[in-house]
Amino acid sequence: MELIWDGIREAARLWWAGDAEIIEITLRTLAISSAATAIALLIGIPLGAVLALRRFWGRGLIVAAVNTGMGMPPVVVGLIVALILWRTGPLGDLNLIYTPTAMVVAQLLLSLPLVVGFSLASIQSVNPRLIGQMWAMGANRLQVLWLLIRETRLGLLAAVMAGFGAAISEVGASMQVGGNLAGETRVLTTATVLETGRGNFEVAIALSLVLVVLAFLVNLVLTGVQQRRFVS
Amino acid sequence: MLGWLILAVLAVSASIAACNGDPGYNEEELILATTTSLNDSGLLDELVPIFEAEHDVRVKIIAVGTGAALRMGVDGNADVLLTHAPASELELVNAGDVTRRTLVAYNDFVIVGPVHDPAVIAGMRDAAIALANISALCVGGPCEFASRGDDSGTHKKELSLWADVDIDPQNEGRDWYLEVGQGMSATLTVANQRGAYTLTDRGTYLALLEDIPELVVLVEGDSRLLNFYSVMEVNGDKGRINTRASRSLADFLAREDIQAMIGEYLRSEYGRPLFIPAAGDSEKAISARGGAAD
Repeated sequence: MELIWDGIREAARLWWAGDAEIIEITLRTLAISSAATAIALLIGIPLGAVLALRRFWGRGLIVAAVNTGMGMPPVVVGLIVALILWRTGPLGDLNLIYTPTAMVVAQLLLSLPLVVGFSLASIQSVNPRLIGQMWAMGANRLQVLWLLIRETRLGLLAAVMAGFGAAISEVGASMQVGGNLAGETRVLTTATVLETGRGNFEVAIALSLVLVVLAFLVNLVLTGVQQRRFVS
Repeated sequence: MLGWLILAVLAVSASIAACNGDPGYNEEELILATTTSLNDSGLLDELVPIFEAEHDVRVKIIAVGTGAALRMGVDGNADVLLTHAPASELELVNAGDVTRRTLVAYNDFVIVGPVHDPAVIAGMRDAAIALANISALCVGGPCEFASRGDDSGTHKKELSLWADVDIDPQNEGRDWYLEVGQGMSATLTVANQRGAYTLTDRGTYLALLEDIPELVVLVEGDSRLLNFYSVMEVNGDKGRINTRASRSLADFLAREDIQAMIGEYLRSEYGRPLFIPAAGDSEKAISARGGAAD
């Protein structure tokens, strides 16, 4: 019990003092996970829309693969990306292993299936007649997609939250492809593992609290956007 | 589907990377594969920045189990290795995977366990016989032994001690043998919670001391418990290995002033050295002296 209080006190102290390293790790965590989520949205929403609106051969297989991907263990994704990016791997020449870019790729692969899955589900729930009307009124593809995004805001913001949550909270893949390098690829989750390993449980608790509060704040903002229309 | 996605995504990142500069061998970067226990001690955080400043090289320290670190050397995925598993390291030397192996420092392993010591091993000088005692007296549940079980240097050392008394603890039905499969501090935490014995490097034990009140040092001083750390330079024939920087790092770690820093590291905090410098010495000579500093 004492350890837990010490941890909370240490967290408060580190925040109050504006500990440079924790701030730096926090900003990096946000940057990497936001980049991964943003790319996942750019690819995932149109992909989800296509899967929701079109019928083509192999669609069932792709949807099943997306659903599997939604529960993909981060260590598996980390291992696959590491094998590809290692010096001796097929893309080793790019020198991407142990860089933030490699972490963005791994987190993107983790959040993409969630974004596709959530978009697919929410776009599929739109009344097909509404979509028919859009076409009838002469909207082009981009306009239809844009109107769909507006119409399914609620579900799509759930996709953003799920995708971001998966990216920021995973540790296995970030550890393997990032290497937890101080000042380069150390993020909140990998730093927590390191400090736990070093027996610095107070610092580990402090880092965990930063992560939880951060995730909460991001979700608070997104939920605010999501629910706004329905409150007023 | 997933494979296709990975390729698509990597193609995008590839184009980003291509803009960043020429792909291929990177002069300014050195990948050092080392063990979690050494990384957790914090020693490298002290030494590596000095090296980086002197040589204008960025060292990427990748902390993994010794098994993984050695494998990274064999596969050419690291430039230089810093590990503590002499027998496995010599295999790499003999196979030509590494061009040079330099002894850097040593310390020792200890067997820790619960104060009430159900297997009566306290004060034993022979670590393997102490393990034999544990295997004989822990049957039926009075005590347990927590093994790293992760192919780390410490795990390899533990297995070699079991082999010395012809016991195979992984045999089925060994209900007192726990394979934790994690790092040293996680294993010590498990041992502390369950009142189990375990083999640990002294450094990690000392670092965690306050958090593992149930565990005390019971067996120490056997020359087989010496823990040797060596640096190995990966063979440049594997391609794209930064042989120049890896040679510089090995020379750096063996240098007189750096050896002195290694010997002083956390010495005042623990009242004894965490690492004893050993460059220029040999494992054989140190073992013959019973681990006493030269």
